[in-house]
Amino acid sequence: MVRHLFVLLLLTALGTLFFALQAGFSPDSELNQVGRYYASHTAQDLGAANIVTAIIVTYRGLDTLGEVTVLFLASTIIGMVLSKGMQKGGKVSDLPPAGELLSTGSRLLVPLILLLGCYVFINGHLTPGGGFQGGAILASAALMLLLADPLRPFNSRFIAVVESTSGLLYVVIGVLGIFVAGGFLDNRILPLGSYGTIFSAGAIPIIYTLIGLKVGAEFSSMLLKLSKTEER
Amino acid sequence: MSELLLAMSLLLSVVMVGAALVAIQPGRSLPIIILSSGLVSLLASVQYLLLAAPDVAMTEAAIGSGLTTFLFFFVLSRVRGGDRG
Repeated sequence: MVRHLFVLLLLTALGTLFFALQAGFSPDSELNQVGRYYASHTAQDLGAANIVTAIIVTYRGLDTLGEVTVLFLASTIIGMVLSKGMQKGGKVSDLPPAGELLSTGSRLLVPLILLLGCYVFINGHLTPGGGFQGGAILASAALMLLLADPLRPFNSRFIAVVESTSGLLYVVIGVLGIFVAGGFLDNRILPLGSYGTIFSAGAIPIIYTLIGLKVGAEFSSMLLKLSKTEER
Repeated sequence: MSELLLAMSLLLSVVMVGAALVAIQPGRSLPIIILSSGLVSLLASVQYLLLAAPDVAMTEAAIGSGLTTFLFFFVLSRVRGGDRG
């Protein structure tokens, strides 16, 4: 009873706090200085139609490299922790079959989901979305395959090769920027192309494709390790 | 237009709170709980879209609503194979 009262009090306090924040909020009528710089310079400097992508991949490219590194470390550590309980060999599981709806649906949907994921990260410089979103969509296709048939053999070596190759190429493109263009992760190592087409914005589509493949491979390998682990 | 957006986001917020209440209600079956917490994420991504942040909305829809819900169902199917039915 006392605990419930305490929770109620806490919720009321939080509610009043957020309501006061909301009531006192008035949106800015114009962009601040940094926002104005990005909004006015992105199109002619970097040639990317989606300003958010230009900020993530080029202006704040180092932060993105850090994010990718954090995700890589997380996936590696999950692999290390889960490797203790890995199943040895092909143990016949006593799981019930997945059901007609899931297995047929996954056969239909998985290619479409993969296509959508590739579309999202290849068009990251034109439309909303990009490497992280596209990679997550790719991984959800892998998860659907796992749900439909938990014993499906996956080529985990291929996934590892894709992941490490794309990570390496990402850093190589970043270092190329130092020598060819203005600095680390500068996208102008390739011609900017015509604004708004798919072959534009220099190296941004290539970098985002690499990030998408890397994130998708990392999430997929995490899920794969999770499913291969023996339950106890 | 602005009033319409405000009304829509208020309605979405009410539905979100309702789904969250369903998700934390004790004694409900686990699939219903997982589905309603996925619904909270899905509605949150619609809210991001209304706030003109399509990139964040895509991340929320792909990871928060898609991958997490799938993952919970996956784990649930593994747990079902254990001691408790």
